[in-house]
Amino acid sequence: MKRATFRLAGVLAASSLALAACGSDDGESDEAGSSEASGDGVTIGIKFDQPGLGLKSGEDYSGMDVDTAIAVAEELGYSEDQITWKESPSAQRETLLETGQVDMIFATYSITDERKEKVQFAGPYFVAGQDLLVSADSDIASLDDLDGKLLCSVTGSTSAQNVKDEIPGVQLQEYGTYSECVSQLANGTIDALTTDDTILAGYAAQDQYSGQLKVVGAPFSEEMYGVGLPKDSEQCVEINEIVAGFWEDGTMETIIEDNLGAADYTANPDLNPPADMGGHCG
Amino acid sequence: MLELIEQFNVLNAFWVTIKLAFFSAILALILGTIMAIFRLSPVGVLQRFGAAYVTIFRNTPLTLIILLCSLGLWGQLGFEPASRDSDTFIVDLNFRLAIIGLAVYHAAFVCEAIRSGVNTIPLGQAEASRSLGLGFLQGLREIILPQAFRGAITPLGNVLIALIKNTTVAVAIGVTEAAYALRNMMEFRPDVFLLNFLVIAIGFVILTLPTGLFISWASQKWVVRR
Repeated sequence: MKRATFRLAGVLAASSLALAACGSDDGESDEAGSSEASGDGVTIGIKFDQPGLGLKSGEDYSGMDVDTAIAVAEELGYSEDQITWKESPSAQRETLLETGQVDMIFATYSITDERKEKVQFAGPYFVAGQDLLVSADSDIASLDDLDGKLLCSVTGSTSAQNVKDEIPGVQLQEYGTYSECVSQLANGTIDALTTDDTILAGYAAQDQYSGQLKVVGAPFSEEMYGVGLPKDSEQCVEINEIVAGFWEDGTMETIIEDNLGAADYTANPDLNPPADMGGHCG
Repeated sequence: MLELIEQFNVLNAFWVTIKLAFFSAILALILGTIMAIFRLSPVGVLQRFGAAYVTIFRNTPLTLIILLCSLGLWGQLGFEPASRDSDTFIVDLNFRLAIIGLAVYHAAFVCEAIRSGVNTIPLGQAEASRSLGLGFLQGLREIILPQAFRGAITPLGNVLIALIKNTTVAVAIGVTEAAYALRNMMEFRPDVFLLNFLVIAIGFVILTLPTGLFISWASQKWVVRR
């Protein structure tokens, strides 16, 4: 009886320790986030798994969003080693900003009215569009050619559902991530993959797929990528001016060319430089 | 809650879950029984083959097996257990590939459950069947397996319950089952965060609780009294 009690107490103690460890972990990162926010560094949220846009490989970060973020931070007076990168998956972006865990977000963050209720956006610094990625020898040239074809996207993606609503003959394959779609596309089992053209170009520009895939280049939506900022941030207007400057002096073109050039991707000239810069603050 | 169930076709999703579980359970039972026979057989090669099967598939994550069915079997090897001309080609294909993956994985557990059932049979029974002149397969069919299945009802039932819950992994290749509904609910109705989980959890309890009760009842009813 006594031994059993002791054992029970031991288990309880061990599990409470384990729980406490979890708790303090969270607390630490929270604290780190907020102290950096007010201190002399800057915490920027990016995607860690999006080749060509925001990719973490080892301790290196690369991609269009990363380079834009570094350039903007530099104009704001932060050097590159003062930047703390933080992963910001799509579903967590508003929360990260609202709780002050990041100071700004560059993560293919489309400006929408629902999101503007919770955060404010500087920019847009880039306008992308939903497009199709197909194999290099494919004869798919527009949305209408998709009839009877196999289209790939990720589970819960509205963009793919929109295509399916428009062209009922298309069959939709859904995976957990785009990487699986791209690998099936390279196999030739899937005919097309749909999402923002920048993301598609990022995959097409990867070394292992060089020359195998192409972006169709007939975007059928407008995605305005903004810089996500907390509601109480006062940098919104300043960042607008910085980004507008980047389009004037060619910095943006260089960044796009550096990261997505391997896929022959250039910014859509009808939409870029973004027309209604600003107006998403506050 | 009802509105949520209607909006995301939760009932359809659970129907797919039930179908997935049903077909893969039957396939897993057949495949697992064959593997158990291999492991019990007097032929060394078959024994080792059965043991290797169990070791490999019991120790491979299910997500990996299911993804391999889609990316490997279909993507690389071009195995298409569905008709390209069909309007529901992708849906059928993913459903069948998921059944293959689930069956192959759970067959390893079925095999071990049946072996544990065989262990409940006194050695004298096998010796008696041999002394009556029955061969290995005859003895297996008439004496060993009928008793082994009755002794293995509880572990087989545990595998079935695990299988029902494991069908959620099929969302990795886009099968529209319960976990798929949950993912859509989380994407489009994050405002009712907890309710989403509750709906899916209740659905699974409705499936697994009666299964568990039936198994306890069945194992009592058909137990071999010695």
